[in-house]
Amino acid sequence: MSVPKLEIAGLNKWYPGKRGPMHALADIDLKLADNEFVSLVGASGCGKSTLLSIVAGLQGFDKGVLLTDGAPIVGPGLDRGVVFQSYTLLPWLTAQENVEFALKAAGMSAGECRDIARAHIELVKLTRFADAYPSQLSGGMKQRVAIARALSYRPKMLLMDEPFGALDALTRHEMQELLTQIWEEHRLTVLFVTHDVEEAVYLSDRIIAMAIGPGRIHAEFHVGLSRPRNQDMIASSAFIALQKDVLAAIRAGSKDEKL
Amino acid sequence: MSSPVETSTSGRNALPHTRAGVGRPPGAFRIGSGLDGRTFLAIAIAVFAGLLVVWWAATTSGLVKPIFLPSPGTVWSRMLELSADGTLWKDASISVYRMLIGFALASLMAIPIGILIGCFRVWEAAIEPFVDFVRYMPVVAFVPLSILWAGTGDGQKFVIIWIGTFFQQVLMVMDNVKRVPPDFVGLGRTLGLSESKILARIVLPSALPGIWDTLRISLGWAWTWLVLAELVAATSGLGYRITVSQRYFQTQTIIGYILFLGILGLITDQSMKALERVLFRYQSRQ
Ligand SMILES: Nc1ncnc2c1ncn2[C@@H]1O[C@H](COP(=O)(O)OP(=O)(O)OP(=O)(O)O)[C@@H](O)[C@H]1O
Ligand SMILES: [Mg+2]
Repeated sequence: MSVPKLEIAGLNKWYPGKRGPMHALADIDLKLADNEFVSLVGASGCGKSTLLSIVAGLQGFDKGVLLTDGAPIVGPGLDRGVVFQSYTLLPWLTAQENVEFALKAAGMSAGECRDIARAHIELVKLTRFADAYPSQLSGGMKQRVAIARALSYRPKMLLMDEPFGALDALTRHEMQELLTQIWEEHRLTVLFVTHDVEEAVYLSDRIIAMAIGPGRIHAEFHVGLSRPRNQDMIASSAFIALQKDVLAAIRAGSKDEKL
Repeated sequence: MSSPVETSTSGRNALPHTRAGVGRPPGAFRIGSGLDGRTFLAIAIAVFAGLLVVWWAATTSGLVKPIFLPSPGTVWSRMLELSADGTLWKDASISVYRMLIGFALASLMAIPIGILIGCFRVWEAAIEPFVDFVRYMPVVAFVPLSILWAGTGDGQKFVIIWIGTFFQQVLMVMDNVKRVPPDFVGLGRTLGLSESKILARIVLPSALPGIWDTLRISLGWAWTWLVLAELVAATSGLGYRITVSQRYFQTQTIIGYILFLGILGLITDQSMKALERVLFRYQSRQ
């Protein structure tokens, strides 16, 4: 393997707490190859969001090494696109303008902004709603705009923190399908946080199960399912077996073992 | 839409038990139940009309002496008189002028300071506790001091309005800014925007509807403090006219001016709300 897209080695993070520092992440070692889709799962509070926002450059860490393409990450940047659970569409801009906002920040000309934004709105199948404001869009539509925005400026890596967590089951499946489709076409490195084991298995090449107290990597699973994925695979015995194993690992890594 | 509620509560509905929330109290006491705009307006107007009738009945029946509460008719004709000879409009224009200048001074200072302390903890530590402290000092107690400082001219009115609104506005604007979702700022960072660009392109537009609301609410207070200042020491203005009228037992002028002030307040408030609907149209679902 050449230089990994993302390399985390011996990473530690403490949060200041009332009763002394709280060890949020302990000795995290993780490598993501180029174009790999990796999911982080684990009980609530095990540090998934913390790890993701450290990779995004939105938070610092206390010890360890954090590299993309072999160069240290010193802060947020356009090489890593982030999709937040809370959609974070700017309410005073239309869907189209929200995507243009990111492109403008990336330094593109007005004409480029318009064309690229339109193409990405089309990619997430929202052309009809390009001129709608976020208040007029459903949760799934908003998240599609957010994905279009994060993809539009061609980051090398996509970081997603429970992007579909607030959606209903049906919309969720649609979004998963859309994401695999886009990922299979565009080949991106993705770090994906989720609570939904089925979602993790369906989307990922690899699943990292984290354990709590302090947050650490506990188990790792390679997803052997072929690509392209489709919803029929969910019923296959290999899929179900893997899902069981991942769930067992999450249980074992949670504090009270009765999740 | 509230149409299912409307049809189910209408008397002609043959199947009242099929409606959701059986056994719940009727619309007037059901939490969060809807009401269409026309009914809302009708109820509001009916209450005003009802109060007017009570006022009229109490005064014409001789229940209340005119010296304490003159009849609506007397107040109305007195106001027409004052309007015709220009007194009302002279008083009103000088008061509006003072209120606007005082309010503008307070707002122009409060908005940048509120944004500053809403964004940066260091500035919050430096300014917020002090502002919070001053905020609890009674504005009324500053009136004698303000006369010592600024005399009894327009300057003193500005000072009182400023003291009464500025400190409240600062804290409210700070709150408006703090309510900007942290993920919005995170988004700006991941897009590589500088702190000043995040402030200008994300934080400010995001806090703007809240700041507008703060202005609308504090505008009402500015009116109150202006009238207070004019009641104590002034040689013109709506508040001044009220004090003078008290000296001559012209209750009809006092009541008329108080009502006029209420209407002025209502008009400014409604215009601010109407502007809000235009400026921040993106918030509505239409
Ligand atoms: N800014 C912060 N300050 C202090 N403690 C924090 C902060 N952010 C997170 N923590 C703590 O760090 C631990 C890990 O939090 P994190 O949000 O990363 O967990 P998570 O795995 O994403 O959980 P969830 O599945 O509920 O989203 C938790 O105990 C949390 O309380
Ligand atoms: Mg989380």
